[in-house]
Amino acid sequence: MHALVIDLVQESRTAQKCAMENNMEKIVIKNLYKVFGSDPKKGLSLLEQGKSKDEIYEQTGLTVGVQGASFSVNKGEIFVVMGLSGSGKSTLVRMLNRLIEPTSGEVLVDGEDVLKMSKAELVKFRRSKTGMVFQSFALMPHQTVLENAAFGLELDGVDKKDREERATDALKQVGLEGWEKAYPNELSGGMQQRVGLARGLAVDPDILLMDEAFSALDPLIRTEMQDELLKLQDRHERTIIFISHDLDEALRIGDRIAIMEGGRVVQVGTPEEILQNPADDYVRAFFRGVDPTGVISAGDIVRDTQPTVIWHTKEGGPRATLEMLSNRDRDFAYVLDSERRFLGIVSSDSLRDAIDKGNGKSKLEHAFLGEVKSVWDTESLQDILPLVASHAWPIPVVNSESIYRGVVSKNRFLRTLHRAENGSHFEQPAA
Amino acid sequence: MFSFDERVIPLDVWITSFVDWLVEGYRWFFQIIKWPVDFTLSGVSDGLQAVPPLLVILVFGIIAWRVSGFKLAGFTVGSLLFIGLLGFWPETMITLAMVFSSVVFCTVVGVPFGIWAGRSDRFNDLLRPVLDAMQTTPAFVYLVPIVMLFSIGNTAGVLATIVFALPPIVRLTSLGIRQVHPELVEAALAFGATNWQVLLKVQIPLALPTIMAGLNQTIMMALSMVVIAALIGAGGLGAPVVLGLNTLDIGLATVGGLAIVLLAIILDRITQSMGTKKKN
Repeated sequence: MHALVIDLVQESRTAQKCAMENNMEKIVIKNLYKVFGSDPKKGLSLLEQGKSKDEIYEQTGLTVGVQGASFSVNKGEIFVVMGLSGSGKSTLVRMLNRLIEPTSGEVLVDGEDVLKMSKAELVKFRRSKTGMVFQSFALMPHQTVLENAAFGLELDGVDKKDREERATDALKQVGLEGWEKAYPNELSGGMQQRVGLARGLAVDPDILLMDEAFSALDPLIRTEMQDELLKLQDRHERTIIFISHDLDEALRIGDRIAIMEGGRVVQVGTPEEILQNPADDYVRAFFRGVDPTGVISAGDIVRDTQPTVIWHTKEGGPRATLEMLSNRDRDFAYVLDSERRFLGIVSSDSLRDAIDKGNGKSKLEHAFLGEVKSVWDTESLQDILPLVASHAWPIPVVNSESIYRGVVSKNRFLRTLHRAENGSHFEQPAA
Repeated sequence: MFSFDERVIPLDVWITSFVDWLVEGYRWFFQIIKWPVDFTLSGVSDGLQAVPPLLVILVFGIIAWRVSGFKLAGFTVGSLLFIGLLGFWPETMITLAMVFSSVVFCTVVGVPFGIWAGRSDRFNDLLRPVLDAMQTTPAFVYLVPIVMLFSIGNTAGVLATIVFALPPIVRLTSLGIRQVHPELVEAALAFGATNWQVLLKVQIPLALPTIMAGLNQTIMMALSMVVIAALIGAGGLGAPVVLGLNTLDIGLATVGGLAIVLLAIILDRITQSMGTKKKN
C-alpha cells in the first residue's frame, strides 16, 4: 500500500512537471475581491485606500471575504488552497463557479471570463465544466446512491439509461460497485463521500472543485480517500482545486499550494518551495510542528559528492577503480552505465576480494555489494530513513528515468533534520 | 383627564360601509370566486351520496389498509358502519365533501404560497401577520361578511372553512422548504440546476413529509369548522349539533359530535400514515 502511494505521488508530480512545461493555464484568477454586506463597492474603495479588513468591519460592518486574489492553476494539477477557517478559502472556491458572486475581478477558465457569463451560460458552464465535492457530502437523502451519482447528468437532461450507465461507471471508479440501490444514510461517512466524488466525476468535468472534501472523515479514511483521489488523477487527469485546512493533506496531494490568510493569498508554490522559503511568519507558523521528514524529498538534499565509475566490458576495471579509491581516500564507488543509470556500488574491500578471486580476469560487477538499493528522488526522508540508517554507504538517489543524481549520506540526513528543527529554513537543494 | 368615554375612531362604521360597498359594487367578483368552490363541492357531494354506502366504506377500508394496516382498516370500517347505523350517513358524506373541497382549495392555494414564503424572506414577513390573523380571528367575525358576500349554504361554509384551515399548510410548506439543508441547494446549483430544478428536484421532495404534516393539520382544522359552518346554513354533521344546541337536545348534539370525532380520527390516522410512508 505504502509503496503504491509513493508511486502515485511520484507520477502525479511528474504529471505536474509536464503541465508546467506545457504551461497550460486552465484557470486564471485576477484581482478577485469579495466583500459581504449591503454596500460592497464601498468596502472595495476603502480597501483601495489601504484600510485593513478589521478597520473596514469596524467602520462599515462590511466583511471582506477575499481581497485581491491572483493566481493561475495549470491544467491537470492538484492545486490546494490552504488556510485557517475564516481565511476566505471556501469563499474563493465558490467564486470560481459563482456560487458566491465576486465583487470584482476576473475568473478566466480556458480564457473565458466566468463573471461575464449570462445565467444560461453559467448553468451550462456548471453542468459541463465543473464538478464539486462538499465537506458535508451534500447528498440527496431522498435519492439512491445511483440517483445521487447521476444527479448532475439528470439536471443536464441526459436520458435515464445513459445517465445510469455513466453513474454506474463513476461509482465503479470510486469502488462502490454493488451499492447503487442503497440510500446515503445507509453508508458510512467515507462511502458517502465516495458517492459525492462519483457525482462529481460522473459529469466528466475538466475541473473538480473540492471544498474540504475529506475534512469530515476520520484520519484513516481521509488518507485512504486521498490515495483514491491520486489514483483517479493518475488515470484521468483533471484540474483539481482542493480546499483544505489540513497541512498534511495539502502536502500529500498538492502539486502546488496557495496559502490564504485573512482573505489574502500570501504564497503560492510547490510544497517544497513553500517549506523551504516561507513568505512570512504566518506561513512559517503554519509549518511549525510539521514533520519535515515527510515533506523534504531525497531529491531536495541529494549531493553528487561520491566517486563514480562508468561500467565497461574491459577487464581490469576493478584494479583501476581500487587505485582511484585509494588515491582519493574513499571507501565506495558508484557504478553507472554510459547513460549514467545507476548499476551498483563497489567498496575497496569488495574490489580487493574480486581481484584476489578473479586471477586478473575479474570484472567490476563481481565486486558489487549485495543488497544495494537506490531510492527515487521523490521519496521523502521519512521513507528513506531505514535505508540510510542501516547501510554503511551513502544511499544512491536516481530520478524517474533511473539516472543517478547523487547520494544521501547519514551525515547530510542528520544535518538536514537539525536545521529543520531549529528554524523553518532549509538549505536549498543541490543544483 | 381623558377618559375614553367617547368613541374617537369609528372603525366599526368604516368597516360596515366598506363591506356594504363591496357587496353592492363587487358581488359579481365574489360570485366568480364562489363558482369553482361550488362546482367542486357539489360534484364531490353528489358523487359521494350517489355511491352505495357500503362501497364507500369498502374504499376507505382499502385505503386505510394500504397506507397503514389491518388495525386502521378495521377501525375505519367499524367507525363508518357505526356512523351509518346512527343514521348520519348522508350528513357524513356532506361533511366529507365539504372537508375535501376546502382541503383541495387550501392545497392549491396554500402550497404555492408556502413555497414562495419558504424561498423569500420578504414575502414570508408579509404573509406571517396575515396568517396569524386568519388563525386567531374568531370565525364569527368573518361569518357575517361571508354570508353577505356569498349568501348562506354549504359553499359559504366551505369558504369560511378555507379561511380558517389555510394557514397550517402554508406555514408548514414554508417551514419544509426552509428546513432543506442549504448545502443541498448549493450542491444542486453547483451541478448546474436552474431555479425550477432546485425546487422540483430538491426542495419539494425533501419538504414533502412536512408538507404532508401541514395537509394533515389543515384537514383537522377543516373538520373543526364543521359546527361553525352549520351556523351559516351549511349541512352535514354540524347541523344536528347546532340543532341539538338550539333545542337543548343533548342526545342529538352528542351523537353528531361523536360522528365528527370518529371521522376526524379516521382522516387524521390515514393522512398521518401517508406522511410517514413518504419519509421512509
